[in-house]
Amino acid sequence: MKYLCLIYDNESEWAKFPKDLQDKYMGEYTAFGDSIKKSGQYVGANQLQPSHTATVVRSRNGKVSTTDGPFVETKEQLGGYYLVEAKDLNDAIQVASRIPSARSGAIEVRPIVERIQA
Amino acid sequence: MKDDIAAHVRDRVDAIYRSDSRRVLATLIRLLGDFDLAEEALHDAFATAVEQWPEKGIPSNPSAWLISAGRFKALDRLRRNARFESADGEILDHLQASETPDQPEQGVEDDRLRLIFTCCHPALSADAQIALTLREVCGLTTEEVARAFLTPAPTLAQRIVRAKSKIRDAGIPYEIPSLRDLPDRLDSVLHVIYLVFNEGYVASAGPQLTRESLSAEAIRLGRLLVELLPEPEATGLLALMLLHEARRAGRTSSLGDLILLEHQDRSLWDREQIQEGIALVERALTSRRIGPYSLQAAIAAVHAEARDAASTDWAQIVALYDLLLKAEPSAVIELNRAAAIAMRDGPEAGLKLIDKILKNGELEDYYPAHAARGELCRRLGRISDAMAAYRRTLELVTQEPERRFLERRLVELDSRV
Repeated sequence: MKYLCLIYDNESEWAKFPKDLQDKYMGEYTAFGDSIKKSGQYVGANQLQPSHTATVVRSRNGKVSTTDGPFVETKEQLGGYYLVEAKDLNDAIQVASRIPSARSGAIEVRPIVERIQA
Repeated sequence: MKDDIAAHVRDRVDAIYRSDSRRVLATLIRLLGDFDLAEEALHDAFATAVEQWPEKGIPSNPSAWLISAGRFKALDRLRRNARFESADGEILDHLQASETPDQPEQGVEDDRLRLIFTCCHPALSADAQIALTLREVCGLTTEEVARAFLTPAPTLAQRIVRAKSKIRDAGIPYEIPSLRDLPDRLDSVLHVIYLVFNEGYVASAGPQLTRESLSAEAIRLGRLLVELLPEPEATGLLALMLLHEARRAGRTSSLGDLILLEHQDRSLWDREQIQEGIALVERALTSRRIGPYSLQAAIAAVHAEARDAASTDWAQIVALYDLLLKAEPSAVIELNRAAAIAMRDGPEAGLKLIDKILKNGELEDYYPAHAARGELCRRLGRISDAMAAYRRTLELVTQEPERRFLERRLVELDSRV
């Protein structure tokens, strides 16, 4: 099965980190990414620009409206994701628990809908 | 004659349903990979038994027969649906590819553990874990679970449906956790059993203090778990439940009023349960991994062994609370320790500790903290302090018998002012 691991962390805390701590954190992310590439669980990943860059788009009766900001304001913001291949939820939880932000923020694990190919 | 045989077989089928249906279900879930499909198959299998057994006789191994009949019925059902639904065709292909086990009974006890661990998976909400466990592992009906938890039946049914669909859609595996995950996962199973027991022991709201069937169900679950997985903490939890359950008859008066431990008629305690509980505590404590349930059971055992409150080994109880605090630091345990210290060293020492705990704020809305404070003030003759504490307790308490107890205490204190 495929699972999307959504990474929620506190952006303002992160911004306050000194440079060397930020580097250490990024190093941990690189190591984590390498480990799941090696184990064959990596499908895809991206870091997102901070939530102040977010735009919410809606289309109603053919009229498009846009608003500034993320869809929901929360203490922790969506900052990136990993798409992983895992045997089952236990396996996915195991992977998610090793994402560095699991220690400071939280990871939401969502199974991907698998469509049966006709 | 023929009717006699049919009636006899039906009685046997009922008995087998009660004793074996959960076992059969647990294996069918593994073989079919789906809760709903397995439940339908279970009912089809029993219906077939009622039909066929009067003619063909009761098979020598009824549960093996029911498992293969259920599996066959499920495949049949899928085959019929497969003409219309491609998804069912996929499942069918998968099931047909997996060979029929020669001995479907093999690993059946493992299936029951798989079912328990899946129902108590921490990715499900605590409410869902409890509802699913009582429904699937204990075989209670949705209505029975709803009534026990004072929840509307549709709400509870919805909760079970959601839990099952999460198991399916999120890929919660039907397996016994690996050795690495076992301690955490076992905690979550023990917690579910403990919550069910407590709900039966101290109903969280309503006119009646105890709801015996839930406690009995929790003890049954505890026994099953110890039988399948004799881990020290599982043994400790079973001991704890038995030792609490043993006091049930002494806990409330004939009017349903609460009687405090020290005033209970100990001849009403169930000696058999106490003996079994104590033997289990001793077994749990011989392990090098002594956990919080075993320690709580040990405390309950010390109470159970004492003839009355005064001759209780309070020093031993305080020592056990010290260990428990180390294993599981919590304000509630600190409060219980303070009460034990009050018994060992006198009310003044206990009150000092309780005031310190209340000052930390965490137990500000926890009624037993104020009730304990009221009791110690009363013993020290500080009547107005005691009354204030009991009044605060009354504001927080939701159970009827506890309210009546507190109101009686207040009237009694009022007459002493």
